[in-house]
Amino acid sequence: MDQSIWTYIFVAVTFGLYIGIAIWAKAGSTQEFYVAGHDVPPVINGMATAADWMSAASFLSMAGLIAFLGYGGSVYLMGWTGGYVLLALLLAPFLREFGKFTVPDFVGDRYYSKTARVIAVICALFVSFTYIAGQMKGVGVAFSGFLGVPFNVGVFIGSGIVFIYAVLGGMKGITYTQVAQYVVLIFAYTVPAIFISLIITNNPIPQLGFIGRAAGTDVSMLTKLNNVVTDLGFTEYTSTTKSKMDVFCITAALMFGTAGLPHVIIRFFTVPSAKAARQSAGYALMFIALLYTVAPAVGAFARLNFIDSVNEATYIADGEDYVARATAITAGGGKPVPLWYKDWEKTGLLQYQDLNGDGIMQYRGPNAPDDLENEVEPNRDIFVLANPQIAQLPGWVVGLVVAGGLAAALSTAAGLLMVISSAISHDLMKRTFRPHMSEKDEMRIARLSAAIAVIAAGFIGAYASQLPFVAQVVAFAFGLAAASLFPVIFLGIFWKRVNKEGAIAAMLTGLITTFAYIYYFKFGSGTEAQWLFGVSPEGIGFVFMWLALIIGVCTSLMTPAPPQEVQDLVEDIRIPGQRAARSLTPAE
Amino acid sequence: MKTEVNNAKGYWRATLRLTVSLLIIWFIVSFGAGILFRDMLDQFSIGGAPLGFWFAQNGSIYVFLILIVVYCIQMTKLEKKYGIKG
Repeated sequence: MDQSIWTYIFVAVTFGLYIGIAIWAKAGSTQEFYVAGHDVPPVINGMATAADWMSAASFLSMAGLIAFLGYGGSVYLMGWTGGYVLLALLLAPFLREFGKFTVPDFVGDRYYSKTARVIAVICALFVSFTYIAGQMKGVGVAFSGFLGVPFNVGVFIGSGIVFIYAVLGGMKGITYTQVAQYVVLIFAYTVPAIFISLIITNNPIPQLGFIGRAAGTDVSMLTKLNNVVTDLGFTEYTSTTKSKMDVFCITAALMFGTAGLPHVIIRFFTVPSAKAARQSAGYALMFIALLYTVAPAVGAFARLNFIDSVNEATYIADGEDYVARATAITAGGGKPVPLWYKDWEKTGLLQYQDLNGDGIMQYRGPNAPDDLENEVEPNRDIFVLANPQIAQLPGWVVGLVVAGGLAAALSTAAGLLMVISSAISHDLMKRTFRPHMSEKDEMRIARLSAAIAVIAAGFIGAYASQLPFVAQVVAFAFGLAAASLFPVIFLGIFWKRVNKEGAIAAMLTGLITTFAYIYYFKFGSGTEAQWLFGVSPEGIGFVFMWLALIIGVCTSLMTPAPPQEVQDLVEDIRIPGQRAARSLTPAE
Repeated sequence: MKTEVNNAKGYWRATLRLTVSLLIIWFIVSFGAGILFRDMLDQFSIGGAPLGFWFAQNGSIYVFLILIVVYCIQMTKLEKKYGIKG
């Protein structure tokens, strides 16, 4: 059967599944809508968190990024997993013990201030909107690349699906769809990886192939890769050109950013207890690690394989009969350009320019010893997308990878949508401006704001795609989460003395400094020579997080201590079961 | 009532001790082994991969997972010891 028919079948079946789950898990109350009724089992929540967390970027782009960056790509691997240790040990169980619905909810109650709540809402909205636009763009890429649907139409189909299950089912619907999406995406990622690993290293387990020998040789796969890339004038695979200081700060910013991202934190409100929150952070990391330990192997294999099959190959132009030309080239002792290359060239993800006019494809790095110019420009997303064909897997595997990419993008978009809708209906309306609103009205506003948010995200995804900054805004999301939200949540749990003034000062410091820095260097006129302590905009959130912590502590010490009941609240969330026991007494 | 307060205090202090020790390991395997001291560790290898590089791309993730598992087990023990009903 034709490959695109398989793709249609997989996409249609998985989309049908998501909608079916949404109808089955329709939310009936605000508690179900915001936090799935607080009764999701830890394993289920772990799986949902993994899908929530792993976005189109993790699924499609990360392995390719690592393939190009080599050791430099480690910042993503460590940064996007190490944050779960911080979540499990410092935030998740305590926030669950606090027992409310949203991140601004905690900030507002802990710092007894509407101002603090509104600033937290702004941080959460800003972080989530930048992130969701990227997901919608991923949906558009998958649709336009595989199903022959125009980019914008793809974005709107994706928005429509998320609209149905997020608006109808709320957090409850999202939780169970995310579980299904995790299964789809992990299967789609690991199946091609196993086959590639077999081809490159003779070992079916990618993690072992990664440290094993290259097939048919007695040198290790990584040594071979290092030799191959340095011969072509690239940086050695296991090295980086980035400074240690910068690698350190980017990794840290991604870790603390992960821990401060509202769409990840709210997943831990859905479990029944603090203990379940701890466990589900463990399950989440386990499910994430399944993909994240495979990704560096896929990256290395793909780089090696790409160079092997493309470099010095004889190009075959579009008008020519591929099979006849390829046979002739092979007979003449040459290497024809692989068929998968020709397939993917149509999407624009691969580009070849015959600069020296010899008809041979020279792939070279900036320091090529033979002084030849590079003629091949691969897009980094190509490595995951083309893997099934490179490994000569049947057509249905390609369909599976597309469904997996869509699952990754949609599950993350839905989680972000919940943050946006609950921040508006719960924190802004119910808790700030219209406290006497009925539960029914709150539900209506929650659904309405989810609907408006998904439409807005669809438009941003569809029309911002031509602008270059969509990929760069990720730096914004993590930097801001690390510098503005993490410090106040962390201090709020571990230091009773921090007060309203300290929290507001800390959030504003983190928000303004990080925003200004990233804006100046990413979109303004800043140059690398001006970087503060040599730290790039991707890593600056970590530096300003410390500034926010220091300002928060100093401001708190100069102003009055928080009221007694707030200090009691802090004591209570540290001890599981204390708050539940206290609320039985009429005084509470 | 008095012992209850003491239990809560003891429980919190033990929690903090556990948290700090696990975070030290967290720092050592990622920022230490994967970044700051990777050149030193790269003299050794695990299979065919330089050790520091491996920690940065694979090893640290396994250790992160172990840290959370240990935390869950130890916290359950602490809750039993101090009579905290989670």
